[in-house]
Amino acid sequence: MTCLPQKTDRSLGLVIDLDTCVGCQACVTSCKEWNIGGHMAPLTDLDPYGGSVDGVWFNRVHSYEHVTDAGSRTVHFPRSCLHCAEPACVTVCPTGASYKRTSDGIVLVDEDKCIGCKLCSWACPYGARELDVDVGVMKKCTLCVDRIYNDNLAEEDRVPACVAACPTGARHFGDLGDPSSAVSQLVAERDGVDLMPELGYRPTNKYLPPRARTERAARVDAPALEPVSAEGGFLGWVDRLLSR
Amino acid sequence: MHPAYSVIFFTTASGAGYGLLALLALAAIAGLVPPNFWLGLVGMGLALGLVSAGLLSSTGHLGRPERAWRAFSQWRTSWLSREGVAAVATYVPTGLFAIGWIFLQRVDGWVAVAGVLAAIGAVVTICTTAMIYASLKPVAEWHTPYTLPSYLILAAMSGAVLLNALLAAFSVGFPALTVIALAATLLGWAWKRLVWMQNARMVMPATLNSATGLTGGAVRSIEWPHTEANYLLKEMGYRIARKHAARLRLIAQVTAFLLPALLLALSLLVGGPVGILAALAAVPVQLGGLLVERWLFFAEARHVVRLYYGV
Repeated sequence: MTCLPQKTDRSLGLVIDLDTCVGCQACVTSCKEWNIGGHMAPLTDLDPYGGSVDGVWFNRVHSYEHVTDAGSRTVHFPRSCLHCAEPACVTVCPTGASYKRTSDGIVLVDEDKCIGCKLCSWACPYGARELDVDVGVMKKCTLCVDRIYNDNLAEEDRVPACVAACPTGARHFGDLGDPSSAVSQLVAERDGVDLMPELGYRPTNKYLPPRARTERAARVDAPALEPVSAEGGFLGWVDRLLSR
Repeated sequence: MHPAYSVIFFTTASGAGYGLLALLALAAIAGLVPPNFWLGLVGMGLALGLVSAGLLSSTGHLGRPERAWRAFSQWRTSWLSREGVAAVATYVPTGLFAIGWIFLQRVDGWVAVAGVLAAIGAVVTICTTAMIYASLKPVAEWHTPYTLPSYLILAAMSGAVLLNALLAAFSVGFPALTVIALAATLLGWAWKRLVWMQNARMVMPATLNSATGLTGGAVRSIEWPHTEANYLLKEMGYRIARKHAARLRLIAQVTAFLLPALLLALSLLVGGPVGILAALAAVPVQLGGLLVERWLFFAEARHVVRLYYGV
């Protein structure tokens, strides 16, 4: 049913640290690797070795230049489903294929009910949904619902594939509905933000803005080149000799 | 937004069909259309044909059209589902009215009730179609108070021009109807120009700053996540060359509004066979223009996801 739950028992989601993300794309490929055989499989790639490759991905990393008075910096920005509290992608669904789970707040698509009308992708401002034109149904991030509850995996592996893959620890997974959870505390500590809050979708996933610049860190740039001054001693004599 | 031909045809054809259905039923009940078997058959056939062809066409853009029946289930939250329910429900009073009016030559009692219900169903269905677009917050050009009136006005306009041509073809037209069709056409033109003026002032409902959570300063896309166009760029990033937009707006205005208005004015002034021909010619010219107008409705609408790509 596309009516939204009044309240979810938990609000599972991701916290993404834009300060430490290095844009390595490991989360992107790990996501694809897991999900190509996971809950929403297949994630079709069309013309994968040709000139017009196109395929379904749940997670995509953009790179931006953020220019402020303090200077400019590169920010790598992973973009995926935010598992919103007010997901219009669910309410616009005419078939009931899209739903938000009451138990953990994950937004999912029932592929057997989806008619591929694309309306949910129009309703999502974050570009989280992509149509699999080969299968004819909409695909989206499942928050690795087939990993996080998977008893066949070691406990430490029961996190989304993107979180497990991140080499810099820029991705955190947990219950954002619980103020005492590690992710909620991280968000509070780092002033995590919602994306496009003005649209009112109340995303669960939070983004941690890059930390403020600091002048305390050691300088890592090379010292400026100095003109060679005349030296005394043996080297000075050699210098004068060779300069003749 | 990507202009899908199936949806462009659907909204144009069903708008004209429902417009004709509502006006024809009400005019028949009011006694403005004399009972005539062939007129009834052609009129109702035309209205139902346009509506049905449009509805069938709308399934053309589905990834899994064989599951379209599932779309009737989520009417509590989804305007698309409500549209499906309203469209199918409207067939019931429409069918009853058609039987009573065409075959029993009656416009009283239950036939009148069915006719009024058919007209209400037609208006409700047009409203649900409009609300599919008007309810989408990420598309600024659609999420406005203008979208619903646009659909209603253009449906009433094309329905009135169709009805005027139909009655003229059976030589039972009357000047008041031609005046109404002409006025509706001019109103449609004025409204469309108003909408375009509003769109010119439209700003995106979000910025790349708020979309990325990076406050202050300027955010500029320096690298996309992928080298080729993906679904998002093909569906939501549709960009129309400026020179074509200006030219297409001109074509839409001339064919959907100006030429039909001139043809209707001509039919009003001269009457006779030339007047009938002018009234008939106004229909294809206007519907062709409305297809261009509807193409622009999609092609010129900008989705906020474009912000992420800096386009």
